[in-house]
Order: sequence, then C-alpha cells, then structure tokens
Amino acid sequence: MIRLERRLEPSRLWTVLTPLLAVALTMLAGGLMFALLGKPPLEAIRTIFWDPLFHPQFASYSRPQLLVKAGPLILIAIGLSVGFRAGIWNIGAEGQYIMGAVCGAAVGLAFYPSDSALLFPLMVVAGGLGGWAWAMIPALLKTRFGTNEILVSLMLVYVAQNILASASSSWLRSPEGMGFPGSRNFKQWPAVHNAELLPETGMHWGVVAALIAVIAAYVLLARHIQGFNIRLTGEAPRAARFAGVSPARIIVLCLGISGTLAGLAGLFEVTGPAGQVTIDFNSGYGFTAIIVAFLGRLHPVGILLAGLLMALTYIGGELAQLMLGLPGASIQLFQGMLLFFLLATDVFTNYRIRLSRREVA
Amino acid sequence: MDPVLLVASIMVSATPILLAALGEMVVEKAGVLNLGVEGMMITGAVMGFAVAVGSGSPLLGFAGAALAGAVLSLSFGLLTQYLLSNQVATGLGLTLVGLGLSALIGSSFEGLRAPSLPKLDLPLLGDLPVLGPMLFRHDIMVYVSLALVGAVWAFLKFTRAGLILRAVGENHDSAHALGYRVVHVRLAAIAFGGACAGLGGAYVSLVRVPQWTEGMTAGAGWIALAIVVFASWRAFGVLLGAYLFGGVSVLQLNLQAAGTTVPVELLSMSPYLITIIVLVIISARGVHGAPGSLGRPFHAAA
Repeated sequence: MIRLERRLEPSRLWTVLTPLLAVALTMLAGGLMFALLGKPPLEAIRTIFWDPLFHPQFASYSRPQLLVKAGPLILIAIGLSVGFRAGIWNIGAEGQYIMGAVCGAAVGLAFYPSDSALLFPLMVVAGGLGGWAWAMIPALLKTRFGTNEILVSLMLVYVAQNILASASSSWLRSPEGMGFPGSRNFKQWPAVHNAELLPETGMHWGVVAALIAVIAAYVLLARHIQGFNIRLTGEAPRAARFAGVSPARIIVLCLGISGTLAGLAGLFEVTGPAGQVTIDFNSGYGFTAIIVAFLGRLHPVGILLAGLLMALTYIGGELAQLMLGLPGASIQLFQGMLLFFLLATDVFTNYRIRLSRREVA
Repeated sequence: MDPVLLVASIMVSATPILLAALGEMVVEKAGVLNLGVEGMMITGAVMGFAVAVGSGSPLLGFAGAALAGAVLSLSFGLLTQYLLSNQVATGLGLTLVGLGLSALIGSSFEGLRAPSLPKLDLPLLGDLPVLGPMLFRHDIMVYVSLALVGAVWAFLKFTRAGLILRAVGENHDSAHALGYRVVHVRLAAIAFGGACAGLGGAYVSLVRVPQWTEGMTAGAGWIALAIVVFASWRAFGVLLGAYLFGGVSVLQLNLQAAGTTVPVELLSMSPYLITIIVLVIISARGVHGAPGSLGRPFHAAA
C-alpha cells in the first residue's frame, strides 16, 4: 500500500526538481494532445520550445519577443508571489493591469502633444497608482469587512474590462482615429513611447522594471523584516499574530505591491508593445502570471526563469500556429496543464512516499 | 416591459448559475473549496453543445455536459485529495485548463446552431392566465434545477448520507476518527459539483444563448461561488441568490436594449458590482456558516 508521510521540512531537492518534472510531463501530455489533433508531436514540441530561439529564419524576429512577453509576466508574477507567500490570493491582477494601463494612458493623453521629458515618468507613476488603487478595493474590503479577496479581486477584472471598453470606445478614443475604437498611438509620440532600449533585444523599460522587481522582492523576502512577516503570516498565521504582526497591514502591503506592479506592467505594455489602449490589448497576462508565480515556486529567481519559459510558450505557440496550423487555444491548454502537473508533482516536496504492507489493526 | 416576460426571462437567466452554485454548495459542505467552477462550466458548455449538435438531442447534450464536468472535476479531486495540493491554486488551474480545453474543442463549433430544447407546456398549469406563461411554460432544465434545490436541501437535512457529508465538511479529523471515508465522500461531492457546473454551462450554450462562443460563460462560475457565500451555505439561499442575480442581469440587458442614457459599459459591469456589494454586506453582517474544514487539506496521519 502506498502511504504519504509528511516531511518535517519541504525537500530542497524536490523544490527545484518539481518544475522540471512538470515541464517534462507537460511536454509528454502536450505531445499526446498534438498527436490527437493530427499534428506531428515532436515537431510541435520543437517548434514551441526550440525554434523561437534557434530557428535560422525566425529566431532573429522571435528572440527579442522573449523579453517583450516575459517582462510583464515576471513583473506581475513577482507581485502576486509576495501575496501568495502570505496566503493572500489576489487573482485579479488582470484587472489591476488594465487599470494601470488606462490610468497611465489617460494622464499622458491629457498632456498631448507635450514633449516634456517628465511626462513618461509621470505616466509611470499614474500607472502604478492605478493598479495600486484597484488592488486597494479588495484589500480594504477584506480588512474592514472580512470580504473574500479572491472573489472581489476577480469580479473587479470584469469591471475593469468594461472600463477599458468604455475608454477605448469613448473617452480615450483618438480624435484622429476616423471613429475607430482605440486611443492615440503612443508609438507615434516619441516623448512617451516606451521603445526598445537596446536594438534587437526587446528590452524596454518594463523589462528593466521586472528585473528591479526581482531583485527587490529577493531582498524583501530574504533580508527585510516585512518580508519575514509576510512569510510568517503565510506559514503560521497564529504565530504571526502572537508576534505582533498586524494581519490588516500585511493584507494592504501585499495587495498594494501586487497591484502596483501589475499596474506598471499595464502601463509599460500599452505605451510599448501594444502601442495604444484598445479593447483587447490585455491578452490575459494577469492570469498567466499566476502560473508563472507557482512555476517559479513563489521565489523571485524562480519566477524570472518561469517567466522566460512561459514567454517562450507564447512565442512558440504563435510560431506553431503559423507553421503547423496548431489551434491557438491549444497553447492556453498547454499552459494550464503545466500548472496542473506542477501542483500534482509538488506532493514530493512536502511528503515522502512510503511503500508498506497494510498493517493489521 | 411586460412583467410576465420579465419573470420568465429571469428564470432562464438564473438557471445556469443556480445549477453551478448548488453543486458548489455541496462541494463546500463537504469541506472542499473548488475554485474551478468557471472552468467546469465552460467545459460543460462546449461538450453539451458538441454532443447536442452531433446527436441532435439536447437532452443527450446535457448528459454529456454533466459527464464532462464530473470528469474534469475529478482531476481536481485527484490532485487535492490524493496528492494533497493546495485547493485554491488547483481550482484556479482547473479554470485555466477548462478555458483552454473548451476553446480548443469549440473552435470547430463556432457559428453552428444547437437543436433547441422544447418548452414544456404543462397541462392545466400552463393555461393559467398570468402565471401560466410566467412559470409553467419553461424547458425541462428549469424545473430540474428547481427540483434539485429541494433535493439537495432534503439530502443534507434528512438523510444519513447528507449528515455524513456535513460531518466530513465540519471536522474531517473527527469524521475520520468515526470511520467515515473522508476522501471518498469528498470525491463524490466534487464529482456532483462538477456535473452540476457542467449542466449549468450547457444551459448557457444550449438554451440561453444558444450558440457556442469562446469564453461565453463570462464569469458565471465565479458568480456562482459568490452566491454560495451569499447563501450562507443553504440550498434555498442559493435559489434566492441565483434568482436575484438573474434579475439584475435581465434588467441590465433590458435597459441596454431600451437604449437608456446610462452607458452600456456601466450596465454590463453592474452584475459584478452588485455581487461585490452583496458580498460586502454578507461579510459585514458577520454571519458566516462556512463549514469548519473548508479548504483545509486532509491527511490522515497513520
């Protein structure tokens, strides 16, 4: 009979091994799925994981895309991981991301066509504040009334999507857009365009912010007292209270961090790769970042790697769509499976598997 | 607008959420928090649609949807009950998997029409002057969902199995000590919840819309989760919550159609805003009634 025995401490070895095992299992299951769809499995896997980086023809285009896609994912996931460490489940990052983009863009567009060098920093601040404010709604409702933050933050995604729809079709719509929805294009406004910093790398300010966030989160969680309080609240809420850690402050802090980072990601996206506020600029990064956070074991360095891997699946998925006619949704399923396999294999981190004969009671 | 038609359309619009919320309530009563309702609903929606189009029978479609929801929910059951994964994360994963899976299956069904589910014209009752067209000329799933409310209520309140299920949800260690199979009870509850969510999803794609479009459940599964909290884990509370919510969504759609000066976006976000407000009121009142072991993993230390 198979028995699980709880480890006294999570296994360090398995903490590192489970994401790799999960990726391998996802490749297997994904290959099976591709075979069922009538596509050559090995070729599909190669197109997703190898070709974006090393294909002689496409790699020069797709390699920079890696950072473009990984930037927002890492930025959002870092914020989420801080909350998840404390047992605070902000799953509405998508909404905070949208609100950051809308607020930042609105502030910028209010000064059109200024070419002040201060405008872009101002927009960045507005974007962060927009995401922060959107996250404060579930935070304050939780601290004040004990309302479930999972449901509130998620409901607010749908509210934010409607605000985005209204922004792109009426109050932020470009007056020169011939009546089409969508704001002015930031790419044609050099003062605020979040352009590539180094040519051919895909590196823009959002990627820089993501790298800073990784380092800051590492310092916060490993070296700072607030980081200790966050981890303590997540692992032993009662002990945290006895130690004088205020749960309300942790909630406001964690949701504030994740909201701000998601808002920043939205602003960098809308002024950079997306270029304008449109009804569907948001492409679901806020939800994929949840997978990134878990795949990175809620650890900043892990999230950095997981974000790059997840960005690879996005680009590889597009490539596979183009070259093999793979349905776009299959890559979404692929990413979902990755999270599932990770959660499944995580049992090895916390438990030991023991084989034993059934004892006679 | 005609009040008869209004009530009738509220009943139709509330049925998917009622089914999903009822299933989730039983799951939570067993002490499991499955946040994957949205994923199971959308999978039910696409499978129900596919089976109904393929077989030409909407009832077979509903059966297929229930089966698909149950199978998908059992993957959540396997992970949370045997591999002891975190229920919140696994539920989210289930939603992501369900959204991807449904988009993949559904891509070949876009633009098709499903065979329609006939309206029952109940003899005598259906001929009543006002009440007839209001209450007694719906399709069978509306009545199934209402019957299910009564059945779940009676099951939890009066049967031995219901008592065991509640015991497992309130305190799994005590239930285990008494010799009940905690994991088996929970798996059964999870499968029931999945089947209900599948039915609810199929009702959206086969009756309410009736078409398949990607992401068509649009957060209904999350609203079902909110309704369980609103109902304080009581079957008739779920009924009330689902019908209130159905009322709000029908009203806002009618206002949109009537072309009021209120912006369309404000109207379409109103159901979500009202859900938040209701959640706040419920939590501020402080009456919770959540099962004691809700969301906690069970590991029988040998």
